[in-house]
Amino acid sequence: MKLLDCPVIGKRPISEFDYMGEIRIPPVDADEKTWSEYVFNRKGAPCSLREAWYHRPTGRWYVVVRNTVTDEIEAHVDISEVQYELPA
Amino acid sequence: MNYRLEPQPYEWISRDKTIRFTFEGREFQAFEGDSISSGLLANGQLILGRSFKYHRPRGALTLANHDANALFQTEAEPNVRGDVVALEPSMKLTACNVNGTVAKDKDAKIEYVARFLPVGFYYKTFHKPKKFFPFWEKMIRSKAGLGHVNTQWDAQRQSKSYAFCDLLVIGAGLSGMQSALAAADAQLNVVLVDENPFIGGSLDYQLAHEPRVKALRESLKESVSTHPNIRLYTSTLAVGWYTDHYLPLLTPHGMIKLRSRAVIHATGVMEQPAVFRNNDLPGVMMASGIQRLISRYAVKPGQNALVLTSNVEGYRAALDMFEAGIAVVAVVDMESIAQRGEWAERVLAKGIRVLEKHGIYEAIGRQTLQRAIVAPLSGESCDLSKKEIFDCDLIAMSVGWVPAAQLIYQAGGKLSYDDTLQQFVPEFLPKGIFVCGRLNGAFTVDQRIADAKAVAQEAVAFLKGQKESRDLTQYRDTTAHSHPWPIIEHPKGKNFIDFDEDLQLKDLKNAILEGFDNIELLKRFSTVGMGPSQGKHSNMNAIRVLARSQGLGINATGSTTARPFFHPVPISALAGRRFRPERRSPLHAWHEAHQAKFMEAGVWLRPEYYGASSARLDCIQEEVEAVRSRLGIIDVSTLGKIEVMGPDAARLLDLAYTMKMSTLKQGMTRYALMVDDSGVIIDDGIVGRLASDQFYVTATTSHADATYKILSKYVQFCGLNVRLVNRTGSLAAINLAGSESRKVLAPLTSISLSESNFPYLGMREGLLCGYPVRLIRVGFVGELGYEIHLPHNAALEVWQRLMVAGQAVGIKPFGVEAQRILRLEKGHIIIGQDTDGLTHPYEVGMSWAVPLNSKAWFTGKPSLARLKSSCQRQLVGFKLAQGAPKNLVKECHLVIDNNEMVGRVTSVAYSPTQQCVIGLVMLDQPYADTSNPIHIRVDDGRLIRGERCSLPFYDPEGIRQTSAVEEVLV
Repeated sequence: MKLLDCPVIGKRPISEFDYMGEIRIPPVDADEKTWSEYVFNRKGAPCSLREAWYHRPTGRWYVVVRNTVTDEIEAHVDISEVQYELPA
Repeated sequence: MNYRLEPQPYEWISRDKTIRFTFEGREFQAFEGDSISSGLLANGQLILGRSFKYHRPRGALTLANHDANALFQTEAEPNVRGDVVALEPSMKLTACNVNGTVAKDKDAKIEYVARFLPVGFYYKTFHKPKKFFPFWEKMIRSKAGLGHVNTQWDAQRQSKSYAFCDLLVIGAGLSGMQSALAAADAQLNVVLVDENPFIGGSLDYQLAHEPRVKALRESLKESVSTHPNIRLYTSTLAVGWYTDHYLPLLTPHGMIKLRSRAVIHATGVMEQPAVFRNNDLPGVMMASGIQRLISRYAVKPGQNALVLTSNVEGYRAALDMFEAGIAVVAVVDMESIAQRGEWAERVLAKGIRVLEKHGIYEAIGRQTLQRAIVAPLSGESCDLSKKEIFDCDLIAMSVGWVPAAQLIYQAGGKLSYDDTLQQFVPEFLPKGIFVCGRLNGAFTVDQRIADAKAVAQEAVAFLKGQKESRDLTQYRDTTAHSHPWPIIEHPKGKNFIDFDEDLQLKDLKNAILEGFDNIELLKRFSTVGMGPSQGKHSNMNAIRVLARSQGLGINATGSTTARPFFHPVPISALAGRRFRPERRSPLHAWHEAHQAKFMEAGVWLRPEYYGASSARLDCIQEEVEAVRSRLGIIDVSTLGKIEVMGPDAARLLDLAYTMKMSTLKQGMTRYALMVDDSGVIIDDGIVGRLASDQFYVTATTSHADATYKILSKYVQFCGLNVRLVNRTGSLAAINLAGSESRKVLAPLTSISLSESNFPYLGMREGLLCGYPVRLIRVGFVGELGYEIHLPHNAALEVWQRLMVAGQAVGIKPFGVEAQRILRLEKGHIIIGQDTDGLTHPYEVGMSWAVPLNSKAWFTGKPSLARLKSSCQRQLVGFKLAQGAPKNLVKECHLVIDNNEMVGRVTSVAYSPTQQCVIGLVMLDQPYADTSNPIHIRVDDGRLIRGERCSLPFYDPEGIRQTSAVEEVLV
């Protein structure tokens, strides 16, 4: 993928973005094994993945669903849908 | 004998401009527009080079940028392709890979031992016994390789440019021009490229004398050259396809990086050789190569030609040669003449003899072609009882084509073998990739025009977002233009499959017998297709040989992978210039004016030290000494500076940093350590509280943007009510450090600097020299000091006023090197130097910054809770004996114990304060747990002994930076 077809700001060169991977929620009270899974392992199987992309020139975050086989952006996800709470 | 023809209708040469050049020291004349090969052939120089392995004489073959045996050495460049590179005045040429001259090559004797050099010989022979390998290697290396690189080369710079279009059409032949025109008429913004200096493609050499295409040719050329929606690039190669239709276009002046929305490949087909004994003799050429020579350069490469064909193109070539005054002694058709139609009739009408179902059994000639044995085809070979011998100095091979589909493969397209056409044709095309013309199996003029118009329509619909897929087979020809087996066995061999690598039919058969019976294995073992032409005229025959030997179809056999680049690309077109933005602080000009030597710090340029580079170390030591004894001033504008505002500001900082920021008192600052999920240290800085809902955060120079990104991630994904402003560029920062700092600063500012009003780690807002500033009382280098954060446009005036005010006490500006020594003396770590991608706080003695008990959560907490009891390394301070050389121990030198590595030096410097070399080593935990001395292996292999010492090295109680240390532990 050289261009990211962002549903919000349109097609932009991939070099403007930082890829921040799949949307994952830290398992706060998890046992050691679950926590290690979270820290060190990522899903590699081809799928439609909800991912976070950071657009550096504007300092904005986008959550999109990307088909990791075809690199097509299938949907835009409002960040409120993937927000999580952490212990205070 | 004259090889130059009368003027041809579409010739590329300028007959009024003569070019003189030398080849192997002999003088030659040619015309401007001639290629090296055509210029030599016009002078009767038929041998253009020697083959790679056996040093057999070789001549021109394709004239289409695939002549791997006609490579020339100029004074500046090796491996210049003679078939397409234009002659220049006074060129001094020799052939590559020749020991002597092309006519008398001393290495040609290798052919007499050729039968002892079967395929795979090198792999099997020279590795035993091992001790002889260096000898063999030296000999093989001197014989292998082609041209010689001129090591006294001049650096050539080529600029890069960027272009954008709706549609790229590759190939400006009949199909390419027609499809580009149709797309441009539909209002698309079209780029049309062709590797040749003139457009027209095969129209101008295969159909040059065909009256029916004359009007079409002129109208197409005129239209594409003048159409406002078409940008035409000639002498330009599309050398690769990259994702999202990003294509490098190689022009004579540099590379254009083109971003297109779709691509039409009208790249046509590449002619393939027949395989018979001595098919590599100079004089044996592709029919299309002969046609190119005649029409483009008006050169006839021989006087008596024999045509070997299995398609109508061979008959057309016979007619073209006849037209050019070459005597066509016979047309040898490998199949029946009945299917050749009108072209055969026209050949017969000229009185040319046609032998059907015949093949060439053998070409004969001492250095160049003299005769050929022709006989009826029989099984895999010929029936010699009915052989005929023809005197000829030219053989035109016209037995088949392969599509120039490399870029389609790169784009993920798939081709399949069409048994009707006996050719690979596109079967599956990825989005935005389109094909037309002979590449797609449309061979007649009418088929190609219809195919080109249809593909343009398809591309236009695609770009409008309409889903339209066309039937790729609609305009394909119904007769074959390629022979399924253009290969004739001969007991004595020398029937070459690959001219680049000197591979004969038996070499491939042997490789297959040895078990390399997969196309990718066959390629790697035999090296078929790995020469300079990258298999452009050998892969297809290799696939045919493998398919037949395995009893498989062509599709089941498959083909090798095509990767960029399609053609060799000169390094000068690829080499980049520094294209990295450089940030400069608002004080940059002042530093420059005061002899600062700059260094890169992330994207910034920072003064390394001030003074003459000849006295570098002395300058740095003096700067350190000034800070420790009086007063120093340093530009720290490169620090990351982030405003954090809003009701959830404290909550955000609690999440992002290990230490608790919500308990920070207004007007105070606290050291801030950032780790990632795995507990690895990624940044540090300070956090200051301006109000209950307003914080000011600094980050390290190289991590400022990343820190802003990480903070903004929490804001977004935890739904926090926080506003972040990255003020790294808009604010400058100056650190004033030394015992005299308070005295110098006080008269200039509205802020009271008294200990009671402004304690250590305090932060105050006010005016300095009339500008609004924030002052932070930081340790930084371990002296009484103030960090001044101020608008960038105030920086120069404030700096200059501080310099004036400090003059009486001997103020001195200091650079990054002095700062590092000063901070090392205090035992402060540098993130990324003293830490690496695995270092966590417990390894660097920062357990005080990890409040596992008092905080419910911070990023990395579960990992650190686990790591607390399982440290694998420890950062330890050391010093060398007084008087030890100052520069002996360097960063990254290893710590050795009993010949084992037990650690490495992360920071080291001579400390003027301690009068000895001090440093930090990262030791493996078991060794750190001992009290053994530290032995460091330096560059010359010696072990230097260092003593451990506790941190910090300087002022361990911190008395100099504060008279009232605030406890930072939470």
